[in-house]
Amino acid sequence: MAFGAFSGTATPVAVEPVARKRSKVALILLLPGILYLGLFFLVPFVQLIITSLQAPGLDIGLYVNAFKVDNYAIVIQSYGSHIARSFGYALIATILALAFSYPLAYFIGVKLRRFPLLQALGLTLVIAPFFISFLLRTFAWKQVFSDEGAVVTGLKALSLMGSGDHFTGTPAAVIFGLTYNFIPFMTLPIYTSLEKLDLRYVEAGNDLYASPTKTFLFITVPLSMPGIVSGSLLTFIPAAGDYINASGQFLGGSDTQMIGNVIEKNFLELQNYPAAAALSLILMAAILVLVGIYVKRSGTEDLI
Amino acid sequence: MRHVSRFFSRYLIWIYSILAFAFLLVPIAYTIVFSFNDYRRSNITWRGFTLDNWINVCNAQGVCEAFANSILVGVVATLLATTLGTMIAIALVRYRFKFRNATTLLLFLPMATPEVVLGAGLAAEFLTAGVQKGALTVILAHTMFCVSFVVVTVRARVAGIDPALEEAGRDLYASPAQVFLRVTFPLLLPGIIAAALLSFALSFDDFIITNFNSGAFVTFPKFIYTAAARGIPAEANVIASAVFFIAIIFVVVSQLSAAARRKRLAKQG
Repeated sequence: MAFGAFSGTATPVAVEPVARKRSKVALILLLPGILYLGLFFLVPFVQLIITSLQAPGLDIGLYVNAFKVDNYAIVIQSYGSHIARSFGYALIATILALAFSYPLAYFIGVKLRRFPLLQALGLTLVIAPFFISFLLRTFAWKQVFSDEGAVVTGLKALSLMGSGDHFTGTPAAVIFGLTYNFIPFMTLPIYTSLEKLDLRYVEAGNDLYASPTKTFLFITVPLSMPGIVSGSLLTFIPAAGDYINASGQFLGGSDTQMIGNVIEKNFLELQNYPAAAALSLILMAAILVLVGIYVKRSGTEDLI
Repeated sequence: MRHVSRFFSRYLIWIYSILAFAFLLVPIAYTIVFSFNDYRRSNITWRGFTLDNWINVCNAQGVCEAFANSILVGVVATLLATTLGTMIAIALVRYRFKFRNATTLLLFLPMATPEVVLGAGLAAEFLTAGVQKGALTVILAHTMFCVSFVVVTVRARVAGIDPALEEAGRDLYASPAQVFLRVTFPLLLPGIIAAALLSFALSFDDFIITNFNSGAFVTFPKFIYTAAARGIPAEANVIASAVFFIAIIFVVVSQLSAAARRKRLAKQG
């Protein structure tokens, strides 16, 4: 149910499907959607594999099918730092988003329990950023942190920033943007877990003379683990593949380019489709491995 | 002194949360405020309040076309994805079939795949197949990534339906079609509406997948991305702010009506 937590609806009760004779109906219900996903999700993956092995053809942007495994070595060599940077930024952003979201989710899910209307208001405020264009809210931060903006001039006046320093275009700005943009993805699943937290467990901990810190670490956190796991995945995955925050037009600069930026550049500008395809598959493989390990370790196997 | 520190530890989470909410709202407030800016060439410095941008919203070249394109794509992709996804959700909850786990995995993977990979894969497919990029390819792409979210949302609702209600319909000699239309569908409707709204929101705000598959076709996010290089016109802020207000009203109304329903049920129970 990890990703379901995001849809804002209650966790479905795990009902064993009733065995029915009319399995033809099931087929009719499933087939259109499955065929659609096959055609526009699975086939593109196969195509990415084929494209990633293609060799240059007669003209720029033309490629012939081949088995050029070299393509992978080439992109890893030229874009290794971008790949490492993407995962580094995404990891830091995930940790920051978790640190920011946990107290907030606790506040909405536990402290506001007695005030249903305030709780609804809190949730609305958390998802409010979703309702304003992703690009515009990122652009807004760029303006807030621009060299003429109040934040940077203020920090410079306090000598916390050198007069020639910028904030936009730095890794910190990109990580800030990634964190901000994916906070709702972190807060909502944790909220869903904490909202169901039975406070009698916490009381039991207190009754048995556990300190508030101990109660929190050994009762509250483990019980909210499913939310932490799904929130982290929902933040990490889009953050690792994002290229808006890192783009020079938004919060990034030439030294902050992530894997998404080079995939876009290779595909849409340089028409180097094999490189873009190889990079996409590397990103996907790395994410699947990381997600697999993470999910296994934290023991949440039912994802949907 | 002790009094003060007790006060703080008690209300610390309140103070923190209020500051956190304020922080989340900063870019929203910025976008809305700058929709009223009397801007000249670039909408970056504040030059005074005006309603012109709101009144003549289509003055900025291309912004209204881009907005209309986004609405078109959002509506068509939502209709397609909601239909396909609802059918799958019903099958998943109500029927036992082979390859059940494979189906669940196929539905989960698009949500776990970074958008840039989805976008590049589709673009590679369209390139090989010789399909011209445009409105159609964008709609096909958006439908694809919305289906899984619809399934997750509607599935919860299907699982929550008491089978006894449908049984009662059958006992009263309703045909299977009648049971579906008169009992099941009305019960599913809130879930389907929620799924459709989610689909539309995802489609409307998508940039990355769109950018790979749109060619010369411009959606609203793509308009902003292109404009960001030379300055985003305040008219784009106007449209984004208007969409924001409409969405917020939707959410508030639905939450209030849900609260009212809970109250009514509590009274009856």
